[in-house]
Parts: sequence; C-alpha cells; structure tokens
Amino acid sequence: MNRTILPAIAAMAAAIGGSLFAQSVPEISYDANADVISLPSYGEVAGVATNSRGHVFVYARTGHAVATLGDERTFYHGGSRLFQFDATGKFVKEIGQGVYAVNFAQQVRVDPQDNIWIVDAGSNQVVKFDADGRFRLVLGRKPENIPMRPGPGVSATAADAAFLAARGGAPATGPGGGGGGRGGTATPGAGINGDGFNRPSDVTWDRAGNIYVADGFGTNSRIAKFNKDGDFLKTWGHTGSGQGQFSQIRGIASDAAGNIYVADAGNKRIQIFDSEGTFKSQIGNIGTPQAICISGGSPQFLYSSNSNDSESMDNGEIYKLQLSGQVVGRFGKAGKLPREFGMVNAIDCRTENDLWVGEVWNWRAQKVTLKR
Amino acid sequence: MMRRFTALVFAFLFFAGSTFAQNVSAPAKAKASTPEIPFDSVPDFFKLPAGLYLGEGTGIATNSKGHVFVYVRSGETRLFEFDQAGAFVKEFGVGSYGFAFAHAVRVDKDDNIWAVDEGTNVIQKFSPDGKLLMVLGKRPDPLEQLALTPGGGQYAGTNRPYTFHRQTDVGFDPQGNIFVSDGYGDSRVVKYDKNGRFIKSAGTRGNGPLQFSTPHAISVDAKGMVYVADRGNSRIVVLDNDLNQKAVYDSVGAPWAVCISAGPHQYLYSSNSFPTGNNFDQAAMTGEIYKMELDGTVLGRFGKAGHAFKEFSSVHQMDCRNPNEIYVSEITAWRAQKIILRPQGTSSAARQ
Repeated sequence: MNRTILPAIAAMAAAIGGSLFAQSVPEISYDANADVISLPSYGEVAGVATNSRGHVFVYARTGHAVATLGDERTFYHGGSRLFQFDATGKFVKEIGQGVYAVNFAQQVRVDPQDNIWIVDAGSNQVVKFDADGRFRLVLGRKPENIPMRPGPGVSATAADAAFLAARGGAPATGPGGGGGGRGGTATPGAGINGDGFNRPSDVTWDRAGNIYVADGFGTNSRIAKFNKDGDFLKTWGHTGSGQGQFSQIRGIASDAAGNIYVADAGNKRIQIFDSEGTFKSQIGNIGTPQAICISGGSPQFLYSSNSNDSESMDNGEIYKLQLSGQVVGRFGKAGKLPREFGMVNAIDCRTENDLWVGEVWNWRAQKVTLKR
Repeated sequence: MMRRFTALVFAFLFFAGSTFAQNVSAPAKAKASTPEIPFDSVPDFFKLPAGLYLGEGTGIATNSKGHVFVYVRSGETRLFEFDQAGAFVKEFGVGSYGFAFAHAVRVDKDDNIWAVDEGTNVIQKFSPDGKLLMVLGKRPDPLEQLALTPGGGQYAGTNRPYTFHRQTDVGFDPQGNIFVSDGYGDSRVVKYDKNGRFIKSAGTRGNGPLQFSTPHAISVDAKGMVYVADRGNSRIVVLDNDLNQKAVYDSVGAPWAVCISAGPHQYLYSSNSFPTGNNFDQAAMTGEIYKMELDGTVLGRFGKAGHAFKEFSSVHQMDCRNPNEIYVSEITAWRAQKIILRPQGTSSAARQ
C-alpha cells in the first residue's frame, strides 16, 4: 500500500510543483516586427545589437566561406557579413568587408562608447571596430590551415552523426573547426593564458573597459579577461558542472556593478561572478540559456532565451528576470511565423522594454516591444 | 608490389562501378506503344541581359501571371525571374546563405516562390517581390563541415524532423501543407503544415512499398494526392495526403522531373531524362517526356535526348501550369525551353 501511494504522491507533488512553477511565471504581452530591417543578403542572423543612436548592427552568416587550395595547406575566407541599419531600419552600410576574421558569425555587441565588436566562431577571433567602422583591435588568432577532409565514403554530415549519437547510434564526431585551444593544459577546457579561443561565443565589458570573452562552445570552457588595450589579465573556469565550471558557454553579460553573467547552456543555468571571477550565485529554472542580455537604465533586468534547437519547435520562450534571479515573466514561443522565435542566438536590450532578437532559424532580426 | 596490386584492383573496381552506373538505363516500357505528340519550341524565348548567363538549368516554374522563374547553377547558384514574354525582370536573394547548389523551384497558389537548394539543405520561400518569408531546413554549420568528409549523397536515414539531407523538391496541397522530397541523403517524403510545423515523414531507402531510391521530384494534385518521382527505382509512387502508398506507375522510365497541370482536368507529366553522365549510349532510350492521366494512363510522349534545339539534354524540372505549354530546364545544355504541345485531334483553330 505504502509502496504505491508514496510514488503516486511524489509524482503528484512533482506535477503540481511543475505546473505551479509554470503558472507562476506571468506571460508578458508583446509586439514584434520582423520587417523593420531587410538584410542585403539573406542568411542566419547570429548577432544583433544597437548603439546609443538606435542604429542596428546585424552579424549574419551569409554568402559562402571559400577555401583556397595552397601548396600544403587550405586557407579560407568569407562566409559572414556585418551590416549597419539606422533607427528606422534603413540600410546604412556594411562593415568589415573581406576582413580576415569574418567566417562564421556568432555574435555582435556594442560597447558603451559605441564601438562595435564581432565574435566569430570560425576564425576564433573577436574584432573591435570603432563607431565609424574602423578596425581597432583583434583578439585571438585564426587557424592558419583548415584540415582537409578524408576521401569519400566515410560518413555523411556532422548533423547526421550528432543526431545518430543522440539516438544511441554511431558516436558523434568531436568538434571540428580546427585550431584554437592551442598548447593544451592539464585541465580540460581551461584554455591557455591568452587569447587562444576555441569557438568563442560572446563578449562583454566592465565599467573600466576590461574585456570578458565567453570561450566558448568548442574545446574551451572558460572566461578570458583582458584589459581595455587587449592585454591578457586572467582566465577562469574549465569543463564541468560544478561552481565556476562550464559546459557550452553561449553568452556573457555584465551589470553596472561589474558582475559577470555567464550563459552556461550545457548546465542549463546562468552563473554570476564578480569581476575577478569569484563565483557568487547561479540561476536555474529558465531552460537552456542560449542568449542573454542585461538592460540599461535602473533597475537593470536580465533576459535569457530558452531557444529551440534545430530539430524541434519546443520551447523558444524568453525570460525576463531581476538581477537577483527572480523571474519577472516570459514571452514568445518557437516557430517560423512573425512574433515567433526560431533558434534565438542574440538579444539586445538597451532599454527594458525595447528589444532586438536575432534568429538563426528564421534568418531575421525582430524588433520586440514588451508591454507593461 | 602487393600495395601496387591492391591499388590497381581498387582502381579497376572504381572504374567498373562507374561504368555500370552509366549503363543502367533501359527503354521505358510504354515507349513503343505510345503515340508521339507533335510540338514546337519557341526560339530564344528567354532574353538575358548582357553579361548574365544561365548555368545548369535545374529549376523552372511559372506563376499565375505567366512569369517564369529559372533556378540555375551558374558561377553562383542564382534565381531569375522573366515575364511572360521572356524578358528579364529581376533576381531573387542575391548572395543568400541558402544558394549553393540549385535543385528545384516551385510557385504556390499565392504566387510565392520556393527555392529548393540541395547544397545547403535549405528551402527558401520568397514573396513575389523577393522578400524572404520562410526558411525550411538548416544549413549544416560550416564549422562542422570543415572537419568532415564530402556529403557524397550516401543514404544516412537520419529522418530528422526539421533538417534535410540533400532534399530535391517541394509541393503543396490545396490547404497549403508542404511536402518535401528528401532526397539524396535521406529517402523519404516530409510533410509540414503551412506554417512550417512538422507533421510527419514517410519512407526509407529501398525498392519496396513506401521505399525510395533518390526521390527526385514531387507534385501534389488538387485532391491532395502526392506523386513522388522515385528516380532510382524508375517509378512514380503515389501517396495519399497522409503519406500512405496508394499506387505505383512504372512504365515511363526514370522520372527525373514530374509536374501536374492546373485546371479541372489535371495531367501528370514525367521526364525520362537523358542522364547527366553524358554517356550518349543512353540517348536512344532516354530523353522523352510522358503525358499521363493522374491514374497513370499514358496518353502520349514528346521529345528525345540531344543538345539541339527541340531536343532535351537532361531535363531537370518542368512547369506545366498550362498542359500544352511546358517549360523545361536542362542541366547539360545550360538552358531552358518553352515547349508548345499540339495534341492530336485538337486543331489550332479550336484551341484559339
């Protein structure tokens, strides 16, 4: 008797607890406009960000990466482009045409001085342009060579391998992309004392202008800190699930007090550190944080997207939280229609209720207005 | 010595394999007994602006106004629009992430244009004025591709809901549901609702019921029945709207391209195209296009393989909105033709 009742009670409690939690998160009503900007060439929108004048920057995977056969090596260039639009959505210009680093767009951010920073997971580089689009700083180094593929008849695509592995089939192939994480260390994912990134995902700054790079979703699982000139200061974290450990870092943001928020997607949490990398707290119950943002103004709010993956229309909601981790509400769901979200990879939240959302699945950036 | 011998054997096997692959064509069962339909081709129908060239013509389709959309593998893969007189109108999606290796283009009932690209595993839906409305599928991340082998079209059978593996074509039923033939890497048909939400998929690799060997094209009739060009098995497989197999038509050779005409009496066309291996031993038994009733009854055929005007050089897609006005795009001739059919028993006076 007891044996049957206890699990039943436990299951009921879990169900009630689950639904109570779901019910306790208010839906935030919102408008979304997918037609404000139109890309000069279509592709996956990996990053979207605004500057202080309301100009919108989109870093997109568009066009094609081109491999050049060398004597003993293969070189590659192209594959992504950075576009600037004005506050009305009118196309202004392209930035960084033909730049060495623009291979696989991952993120774009604008710092408090309106400099534009792109993060590229193909070249493993972070590049800073000033407000006029002039090159200012590069962190990381692009691999000099890409590995040549073995002959035909081996396997299909990485997606197939990963999918089969997830279903218990053939083992997944390890992350490709070559390079990065050079000069390995004893601790997996700790990276080197420098800017040897491996699939970096995001960048943020503190008030002093120090630079924090989320590194990343490849073989490194750490945060690398640099001073405003780009000189290396310190690194923290390695692969794992404990405090100060990471799995698949998808985003980074900072608040006005200089605390650093890390989207630790593989562990389904956001970890919060002080600017020296000391663990302070963590936030769960928001699904898998694939993109995060901290708003300007006061008080500040934290936004986190529980994006769908490429094989489902599950999830897709974006959470609004207080910096303490208290959930204020949620909005949106996965889909391909206007107002819906498809694999959100970027959130811009210069002010509390005016957001931009960049979607990898739907090849667009939507302007989102939250209603009170 | 041993090593060299092995290499020689391997080379021989490889050569033998490719030779075999090019000799599999046989005359379509219906060919000898089917009447020929007289036809003309309109000379120089498509007027290209100076400096613009077609490439391998893999896709062609018309909209309700008679505009023609041509999807080609040129230096880059590109999608062009011409008006009903063949004058160039515009280009779609210049530089898009979804254009790498053109395969097919279709126009839905609302005149939206769907481009099926088997290089990126992506289907793009454009509005008539060229705005991107929807993306199906996802291009594999180049990062992952860098360290891997060429696709090569091996069957993987992964059957994923929202990504394709070298998909080939797209069709729509009257409710707007979307049907994708997928493709070289998978062997199945995938159904989505009009908003792109996955409903179901059916089919595996093979030659049995509900199996396909390179499902290469797809069309849907006004009742929602789905016609799959099962090219590798030299048959057209008819599915109902829920993807249950209902019929097999196997007398018209290898269906490279299929289309279904509009109007109250719909016809099914299928091209037994000259293979792209450019082996002219196969020219005698390929190249013709069949006109059929939807129930599979063969009504007639037209055309033959060749590079000349009025001949067909690897037809890869057809448009037959008007059953007597067929647009064809050809891979190995880098061209598209407008074909006027003059069915027997129908005088030109009666048609006007």
